[in-house]
Amino acid sequence: MRRTGHVDVWKAATVVAATQLTPSGRSLILDAPGWGGNLAGQHADVRLTAPDGYQAVRSYSIASADAGDRIEIAVDRVPDGEVSPFLVDAIEVGDQVEVRGPLGGWFVWRPEDTEPVLLIGGGSGIVPLMAMVRAHEAAGSTSPFRLVYSVRSPQDAFFADELAAATGVEVTWIYTRRAPDGWARPAGRLVATDLQALEVTGGEAPSVFVCGPTGFVEAVADTLVAIGHDPARIKTERFGGS
Amino acid sequence: MAVFTRGFGGRAREQDDRLPPGQFLTEDFPVLSAGPTPRIDTDEWEFQIRTETGETHRWDWAAMQALQQDDITRDIHCVTRWTKLGTSWQGVSLDTLFAEVESGYDFVMAHAYGGYTTNVPLDDLLDGKAWIATGFDGEPLAAEHGGPARLLIPHLYFWKSAKWIRGLVMQQDDEPGFWEQNGYHAYGDPWLEQRYS
Repeated sequence: MRRTGHVDVWKAATVVAATQLTPSGRSLILDAPGWGGNLAGQHADVRLTAPDGYQAVRSYSIASADAGDRIEIAVDRVPDGEVSPFLVDAIEVGDQVEVRGPLGGWFVWRPEDTEPVLLIGGGSGIVPLMAMVRAHEAAGSTSPFRLVYSVRSPQDAFFADELAAATGVEVTWIYTRRAPDGWARPAGRLVATDLQALEVTGGEAPSVFVCGPTGFVEAVADTLVAIGHDPARIKTERFGGS
Repeated sequence: MAVFTRGFGGRAREQDDRLPPGQFLTEDFPVLSAGPTPRIDTDEWEFQIRTETGETHRWDWAAMQALQQDDITRDIHCVTRWTKLGTSWQGVSLDTLFAEVESGYDFVMAHAYGGYTTNVPLDDLLDGKAWIATGFDGEPLAAEHGGPARLLIPHLYFWKSAKWIRGLVMQQDDEPGFWEQNGYHAYGDPWLEQRYS
């Protein structure tokens, strides 16, 4: 199953729900008639058109992996950005944008995949991994799923309540600046010993997906290779400047 | 007809005729790759061009450094919509490398350390259009940007400029490489917005 057809067609989409996730992040649910679903991990191009015809397009990972015409994106405000501040602070339910996609056939998890999976997200890099967690649960998949989610502090986490309630995935939280009171692991960057401590599988090498800011992904991928993961089983998605 | 987004004004408009359609300017140098960054020592690095007869031309690091080095200043355009103007590179022209290569094939598959591939027509590599780059801004090319050596084809979307380049294989047909099999355009002209297949 590869859903990458018809991507040249822009589809009108209406914001049907908007939820503040963190002080800088917001979830938008878009209804895009004709979308027809996406794989977990794919992204969408979102196009905004100003009244004078000026257009701006950005790509956003999709947090949902449903078969229907609704797409959830979760946007983190980029300081000095052109599009993300508008999507986080200004757009309202009922407003329209256009979407194109789904895009990307590499950084995806399919329900028919049976190998153990290790997901490692930094900040808003959780978004495509959340789609995988949701798809895994929706499919009733029994493949072992482990998520390591690195955030600055508890209030910077996207989807914290949903992850706390999720079944079928074991979640390890890494707080880099401020941990909750009484948290055993002191706040600090994700390091080799954090990853070595994970018993992801009964010996079988997991498929690994890493998504986050460039520096985070570089450091995590280097660490995974250094502790013995096969580079060929590590897929990465980076965002932001170097 | 486009759907208008209520309340969206956009930023001060980037009017620059060096900016292809749908691109925005960036000052940083974003890093995008599909997997971990391979770390290749120059001692073990080797670059090859292989033709249809099986003939293989090889250059180790010293041989590559001994060739004529060009200074290259070009704009680069990523399919994820950033454009960086006036980037400055050092490297060896593919005209120099192909001077001793005989092939009747019209297409090339670029192969990288780490397994990445991308397809390019031979014509897009010759006549001063492409290089094996080993320097950026006067410094050795950093590993996350493809060092020790990457392909540099500035007139195509930047995924064609394979990082960690290890060789080119002549091909009779234009077979898709890694991203080209994963939903991206076979050719990738930024001025025609050839992003997706």
